[in-house]
Amino acid sequence: MNVHEFQAKSLFAQFGVPVPRGKEITSPDAATAWANELNTPVFVVKAQIHAGGRGKAGGVKITKDKAAVAGLAKELIGKTLVTHQTGPKGRRVHRLLMEEGANIAKELYLSILVDRDTGWPTFIASTEGGMEIEEVAAHTPEKIVKEAIDPAVGFQGHNGRNVAFALGLQSIEPTVMNPFVKLLENLYRLFMEKNAALVEINPLIITKEKTLVALDGKVSFDDNGLFKHEDVQKMRDLNEEEPLEIEATANNLNYVKLDGNIGCMVNGAGLAMATMDVIKLAGSEPANFLDVGGGATKETVAAGFRILLKDPNVKGIFINIFGGIVRCERIAHGVIEAAKEVKISVPLVVRLQGTNAEEGRKLLAESGLRLEVANDLWEAAQKIVRLTGKTA
Amino acid sequence: MNGEQLSPKMGRRGRKEGIVSILVNKNTRVVVQGITGKEGSFHAIQCKAYGTKVVAGVTPGKAGQEVEGIPVFNTVADAVKKTECDTSLIFVPPPFCADAILEAADAGIKLVICITEGIPVNDMVKVKRALRGRDGRLIGPNCPGVITVDEAKIGIMPGFIHKKGVVGVVSRSGTLTYEAVHQLSTLGLGETTCVGIGGDPVNGTGFVDVLPLFEKDPETQAIVMIGEIGGDAEEKAAEFIKNNIKKPVISFIAGITAPPGRRMGHAGAIISGGKGTAAEKMKTLEAAGVKVVKNPAEIGAAVKQALGR
Repeated sequence: MNVHEFQAKSLFAQFGVPVPRGKEITSPDAATAWANELNTPVFVVKAQIHAGGRGKAGGVKITKDKAAVAGLAKELIGKTLVTHQTGPKGRRVHRLLMEEGANIAKELYLSILVDRDTGWPTFIASTEGGMEIEEVAAHTPEKIVKEAIDPAVGFQGHNGRNVAFALGLQSIEPTVMNPFVKLLENLYRLFMEKNAALVEINPLIITKEKTLVALDGKVSFDDNGLFKHEDVQKMRDLNEEEPLEIEATANNLNYVKLDGNIGCMVNGAGLAMATMDVIKLAGSEPANFLDVGGGATKETVAAGFRILLKDPNVKGIFINIFGGIVRCERIAHGVIEAAKEVKISVPLVVRLQGTNAEEGRKLLAESGLRLEVANDLWEAAQKIVRLTGKTA
Repeated sequence: MNGEQLSPKMGRRGRKEGIVSILVNKNTRVVVQGITGKEGSFHAIQCKAYGTKVVAGVTPGKAGQEVEGIPVFNTVADAVKKTECDTSLIFVPPPFCADAILEAADAGIKLVICITEGIPVNDMVKVKRALRGRDGRLIGPNCPGVITVDEAKIGIMPGFIHKKGVVGVVSRSGTLTYEAVHQLSTLGLGETTCVGIGGDPVNGTGFVDVLPLFEKDPETQAIVMIGEIGGDAEEKAAEFIKNNIKKPVISFIAGITAPPGRRMGHAGAIISGGKGTAAEKMKTLEAAGVKVVKNPAEIGAAVKQALGR
């Protein structure tokens, strides 16, 4: 789960990571009121959406004029920002972060995540702050500093010193050495205690006043760890999520919307991806990833149908179930029942394999439903693509 | 946990009787943690019906009960003492699962197979660290388990789709593995052992731990490796295969159509920062001499061809 910058920064503050004074703003009036309270030479107004590249898209405004903030807030709230991470449709702005400006002397990059190779939480740091870290890694890998933290003992001072010296902080600004080590320790605590998947500060700045400030902040959380943190769960912003994905989550389905026109319903994540891939090989594009889980039932199949059919791009549906513990005749009953409740106006291909597959296929064939039954994965993919027309 | 230390021990009992399978065999003695739960009891019974020696179950506070004749104990240590179980199968819910894995390891269980899906990554970070250097192996979490065909099914896979044969299967996925197994069985090739290593970003056993076991196993003639987007386990495997594996390896990588930045069901299946794409993995594996199939429906046929059948 992702959160907004203002939420990330409130967590930073809670864990002793320095941030600019700022506040979430949802109206021009609130902007004026906060500007009066903030009383600073430079005001920064930042659109809050779950995507990077906001600055380039016109989502960040800077002014020295206190009277201008209301106008900037009015301009940004309700605006749709298109960045390289939002896709062409863009993302509508519902809230802002308004904070004091800072005097930047040097920009750094800092993040922490679990290195999958070692299984250890690992800091990534660079002197090239403000840039996309992937770009830095691709073009100047020598400027990336990594430090793994032993989870058995947690963060140690030397971990912080290793990063600080490797970045050359000693020569950039020696007075921030100790605060930098402390900041890393605090960030590690936040990462572990809140079950974060990624904490990123880009840029982490050294100010002209020789202090460290997290000028931007991004935190995403491990969905599997959310049950431990009610405060984090409350940070979820449904405005930032695809409505069909919200509905899927409510039905315990794993759904990701894509741009093609063949809706797929599959049991198991790996097979769901393989099904998308085989649709592409057969000459079309999948409209979604949908994993109905290992224990697919009549109810999950019905919920899956409803979600798939709400996507106007869907021109056909491909159900691919490999019955293991779940028995195919039950899935067949589920499809038949669901088809009665939900009017299915597009071609449907059902491929059942595994436990009681033959019985399931027979039930479907005799149901009188307008659908095609298939045994084998490739045959099924070709059928649905033939019925909906090739796109690729 | 370290596989090299483990495999001779696991094999010791087997060798006496001429059993050469990897990881588990008909003499493996299984304890099911979380046996009184819905999933735990269902699968304990299924495993037993397949012929697996399910000798004990554990649910704290329920010692003295039985599940279809399988005695239940309060602790894994008690189960080990009373039944000499050497392998654990875990169905404990996510919030308590890290604890359950460590309990099994502390009780001297040599092979821990964790089915549970949804364990927080940071819990697994601590578990993996705590198991380091110990004598034993964790498989999973979030995996279908391990089956040695006609000997032992220790997991949730449907036993009947498997046929005794010559192909070793190792996979990050569940139902996609069944798909591959189905093809191998239908084509008359059959399987030796199938190992699900799970779809989580931090797990106990990787491709590189299982591949050498198949290479050494005299019954395994070819290896199917099923990967997916995310991480670099497949790239590591490619490097290992190039230097260490002589048997033919056939691979499918799921997710060529998956968009970057989106988690595809499994916590580990996400393309991040442009890394972990299916295309990149396929290229690396091909360069290492692996036969990569682009169509998941052709896994079985590719194995058949590689074996010259």
